[in-house]
Amino acid sequence: MPRWGMVIDLDKCTACQACTVACLAENNVPFAEPEEAALGRAIFWQEVITEIEGEYPRVHARFIPRPCQHCDNPPCVKVCPVRATYKDEEGLVLQRYERCIGCRYCTVACPYGVRYFNWYEPHWPEPLGQSLNPDEGPPPEIRGGRSGPEIRPRGIVEKCTFCVHRLEKARRKAEEEGRKLTDAELVLLPACNQTCPASARYFGDLDDPESTVSRLAESPRAFRLLEDLGTEPKVIYLKAGG
Amino acid sequence: MKYEGPSEDAALFQPIVRTGLGFYVLLVALFTVVAWGVSAYYRQLSLGLGVTGMNRPVFMGVYVVNFVFFIGLSHAGTLISAILRIVGAEWRRPFTRAAEAITVFSLPFGAGSIIIDLGRPDRLLNVIQYGSFQSPILWDVTSVSLYLLSSLFYFYFALIPDIALCRDRLSDVDSLRKRLYERLALGWTGSEKQHRRLNVVMNIMAVWLTMLVITVHTVVSWIFGMTIVPGWHTAIIGPYFLVGAIFCGVAALIIVVAILRRVYHLEDYIRPVHFRALSLFLLALSLVWFYFTFAEFITTYYGDEPAHMVIFNAKLWEEFASSFWLMVLLCFVIPVVILSNSFTRTITGAVIASVGINVGMWLERYLVVVPSLTRPRLPYGFGAYRPTWEEWAITAGCFALFALLYALFTKVFPVVAVWEVHEARERSVPQAMERLRSYIPGTASTTQEQAR
Repeated sequence: MPRWGMVIDLDKCTACQACTVACLAENNVPFAEPEEAALGRAIFWQEVITEIEGEYPRVHARFIPRPCQHCDNPPCVKVCPVRATYKDEEGLVLQRYERCIGCRYCTVACPYGVRYFNWYEPHWPEPLGQSLNPDEGPPPEIRGGRSGPEIRPRGIVEKCTFCVHRLEKARRKAEEEGRKLTDAELVLLPACNQTCPASARYFGDLDDPESTVSRLAESPRAFRLLEDLGTEPKVIYLKAGG
Repeated sequence: MKYEGPSEDAALFQPIVRTGLGFYVLLVALFTVVAWGVSAYYRQLSLGLGVTGMNRPVFMGVYVVNFVFFIGLSHAGTLISAILRIVGAEWRRPFTRAAEAITVFSLPFGAGSIIIDLGRPDRLLNVIQYGSFQSPILWDVTSVSLYLLSSLFYFYFALIPDIALCRDRLSDVDSLRKRLYERLALGWTGSEKQHRRLNVVMNIMAVWLTMLVITVHTVVSWIFGMTIVPGWHTAIIGPYFLVGAIFCGVAALIIVVAILRRVYHLEDYIRPVHFRALSLFLLALSLVWFYFTFAEFITTYYGDEPAHMVIFNAKLWEEFASSFWLMVLLCFVIPVVILSNSFTRTITGAVIASVGINVGMWLERYLVVVPSLTRPRLPYGFGAYRPTWEEWAITAGCFALFALLYALFTKVFPVVAVWEVHEARERSVPQAMERLRSYIPGTASTTQEQAR
């Protein structure tokens, strides 16, 4: 059984935000009008956050691309009253769109702020609305619920799925060809990784000692966000300037 | 409608028999506010939670504050009625009914506020179908519904003898009301056996409800306490919420009883001595509340952990400072000054302190819920939250509907438990004399003297 994880090399990342844009397009993330965004209602499954340390003239800015951390010990899953959010067998933290009641308890329980609420009916300005991704997440019987790029209704919570629909598609294709998924296929599988012009992002099986992510996770530069909270995130960062 | 019965407790039936113009004016006023709230809720239902001021990261706002507040308010009833029944405090008698009614009418708004807060209220039943007891929300759903059900029964059982009195003593009653009294009285005749049975049931339920009071408000706090959000994740939050709930519940009771006394001329039943007892209780609660608040903040301050200190600073010195210090003023400084001094500890003084406490305790819940959410752990920048008119309208609508239901209730059933007062008059006075004689030296009861 794989345990999916991601490695993001901050030394390579140029904070160009291509990952953010690719994610919005891939996952049909609803559009936010400027006034909606100003109220803090824009949705970004993948966001680049900026950390500024120190004071002039010794200022350091650090850019951290932040997808869902897919914690092994997710605080959001614990608090959901209806098990709309759950961790599947392969360690992905997913959201059942058809079950969520919109109580937003998970959004406050998540210390990483990766969960977003649909404050409005999803809408896109033309012609953006004509180029939505027709893909759908894996059928509920495979992963126990609906999560993927299908359009989410108003009033529920949504989040990064590590592009579970792409993963499922690639796996089906491999199965049809009678082989296993290769590490090379996996590394660039999620839309954010595929787009990254600096090749700073890697995806793969953390339980496979030969995988790229496993090897990179061994690096002395490796760290995880808010590690001391005990959430065991599966997104591993490699420190810049190493 | 006419009252035909002994003149002894006739005053208690007057609110049912006679209704002045003022009552209708009040009804219209309250109804207008309710209608405003309903229209705002309709807007929210059709447009979504986008009409509120909530956002990311402040995902919870006034509705969650109201949820905690109304459930806190409901603790007045059970506490006064059940706990004072258990300890045999006779002074409880004239206002047990008024207190229980606060519980019964405020609890639905506590539970209702959470439904108002849901993004998908149409999926509410998922909580039952897919309910996961791993989530503190399920603990709340369970205990609050149990509490609501139990307090409804407790309230109703205590009403039965008085409903029977309404059935027997009121004449010229319209048929609907007549049928209501007849059905709800359940054939009560007021026999000795029935009274004994009622008292047994009430005593058992009083113990059960006391346990529920503690459970309910503790699990309400655990919605916050069980997360790892700084400012929420503290062990004191359970007892702190419980004390706060009893505190604002007793304050609410003082306000309600003072209004009923004034409007329905119950001066004979509810006397300054009752307010004195409630005021001293309120004073003690104010001191306990301050002790808990102080313990909470000094622990955070001394520990000096950055994630906790940003919230501490936000509350004490930054954008929430005015609310914070107003809360301290209303919940501690003003009540202690008014209530610790016998010159100001009048009925008016108690009411002023109580109104302040209720405003202060609403602010307290706001200061628990919102500031912690404005300071995310990761460097996203600070969040801000300003409630919109829709949120205020729905809040006002909830309070108005609570008052409306309460006002209508006073027109159907006696607001003072007639049988409880009667029972005290008949039995408690001689019993109390007997009890005193039994343990004060030199006043040995006649039976003991005879035995000697």
